[in-house]
Amino acid sequence: MSTPVPARANAPERYYNYAYLDEQTKRMIRRSILKALAIPGYQVPFGSREMPVPYGWGTGGIQLTAAIIGPDDVYKCIDQGADDTTNAVSIRRFFANVADVATTEDTGEATIIQTRHRIPEKPLKAGQVLIYQVPQPEPLRGLEAREIETRAMHAYEEYGLQYVSLYENISAYGRIAATAGYPVMVEERYLMSPSPIPKFDNPKMAQNEAVMLFGAGREKRIYAVPPFTRVRSLDFEDYPFETQTWEETCALCGAEDSYLDEVILDDAGDKMFVCSDSHHCAERRAAGHVGPMAGHTLDQDAALKEPAQ
Amino acid sequence: MSVATLDLSRIAPAFADPVRESQAVFREVMECMARPGRVTRFDRAPMAPNGLGKAAGAVALTLFDFETLVWLDPALADSEAEAWLRFHCGCPLTTKAQDAAFAIVTDMAKAPNLAAFNQGDAKYPDRSTTVILQIASLEGGPVVTLSGPGIQTTTDIAPQGLPQDFWTQIETNQAQFQFGVDVLLVASDQLLALPRTTTAQIKGG
Repeated sequence: MSTPVPARANAPERYYNYAYLDEQTKRMIRRSILKALAIPGYQVPFGSREMPVPYGWGTGGIQLTAAIIGPDDVYKCIDQGADDTTNAVSIRRFFANVADVATTEDTGEATIIQTRHRIPEKPLKAGQVLIYQVPQPEPLRGLEAREIETRAMHAYEEYGLQYVSLYENISAYGRIAATAGYPVMVEERYLMSPSPIPKFDNPKMAQNEAVMLFGAGREKRIYAVPPFTRVRSLDFEDYPFETQTWEETCALCGAEDSYLDEVILDDAGDKMFVCSDSHHCAERRAAGHVGPMAGHTLDQDAALKEPAQ
Repeated sequence: MSVATLDLSRIAPAFADPVRESQAVFREVMECMARPGRVTRFDRAPMAPNGLGKAAGAVALTLFDFETLVWLDPALADSEAEAWLRFHCGCPLTTKAQDAAFAIVTDMAKAPNLAAFNQGDAKYPDRSTTVILQIASLEGGPVVTLSGPGIQTTTDIAPQGLPQDFWTQIETNQAQFQFGVDVLLVASDQLLALPRTTTAQIKGG
């Protein structure tokens, strides 16, 4: 018995269009992308479609990718910085399947990077597009539940409420306690949610060389930050914006300047800190950088070379 | 607007592979909108009729459909270019600049002021018109320096054949942000974008 050869994408037996979405939907999304780029930070409403994954799994990002991707693209997808998590692997396979694209884990060689909750550590360059999956595009939603109100607040640049909220944070905790989804001001005009990236990544948005697109599927919004655009994290003169810092270094690669995840190792409370950006960490280890716990079983490459005793 | 039956034998072909070609065109237009002043070329796009350039035609085929009301230059009224757009894009046409989602201007001598098109709504500035201006050439004209989002420091362009007061119109357009139209300058098979965020300064001006 021979194994059936899987049908090529676009072959008649696939019953769906190249890159999954139909052409009319792509045109509608493409028009929204152009307006989003022309009005940096402004949320463009769009006719979000039902996708073959549930809301919250990146339907906004997937629709953006589907609208722009072509067969010459090299596609990378990360979830919390990692290329090897379920969500990232599924979405990457989806586009390899429906859009005939090459996929990669290498930040440098990707032309489209779809991300959930991180900006890669390696600086992006012209020609790359970073697509953010966004659960809640409205930075003011936690303060004002009505869309009709928040839309007016953006229209008339009424952002006092946001500053009051940050001030209340300081009076309650002595500092601005928000750590992810920290609101930013784009070109000193539109208040924007950076999506739930850690505030560690906020400074990377400013003057970035890549095109940054944001898609919220359930909330039906697209917004964008063009390259070389001013993006400022909100703060006060006496409480300036600060990013997270760690006393530890990455246990596997020794990086001192990357965003670290804390990993609990056992019931005794042992833990390690590792780079959240899995490709960044792997690349550093391949280049010979060694962290204090190098060779740990969590270091898959090392584990493969020297099986645990 | 004429609603006469289209003579299909006289309608020029559009993209041979609409899916792939419109994707490639869009990516270029997107990069241009993200990087104002960047010039791109659609040399393999199909020929559009009546002197409608390859670039204007490629943008129309990529972005127009039944959802977009298009203002077409009166110079192209009842022309083969109009029939070509109606057939391939299925776009409704309007003579009211204020209502248009897209506009194609080919006769620069009689071009309406940018302020005549839809400037968007305070709450929905994305509803403004995207104006496609077809001019003689994107090179060889007076040098204009652009700055703004998408441009690292400044970038120079030298489009030829724009009306005298065009850059004043662009200045007014930019000054009223978040309102404003977004402009695509096209000449033959070339395109560059001037979104409403872009500031223009005539060199030596």
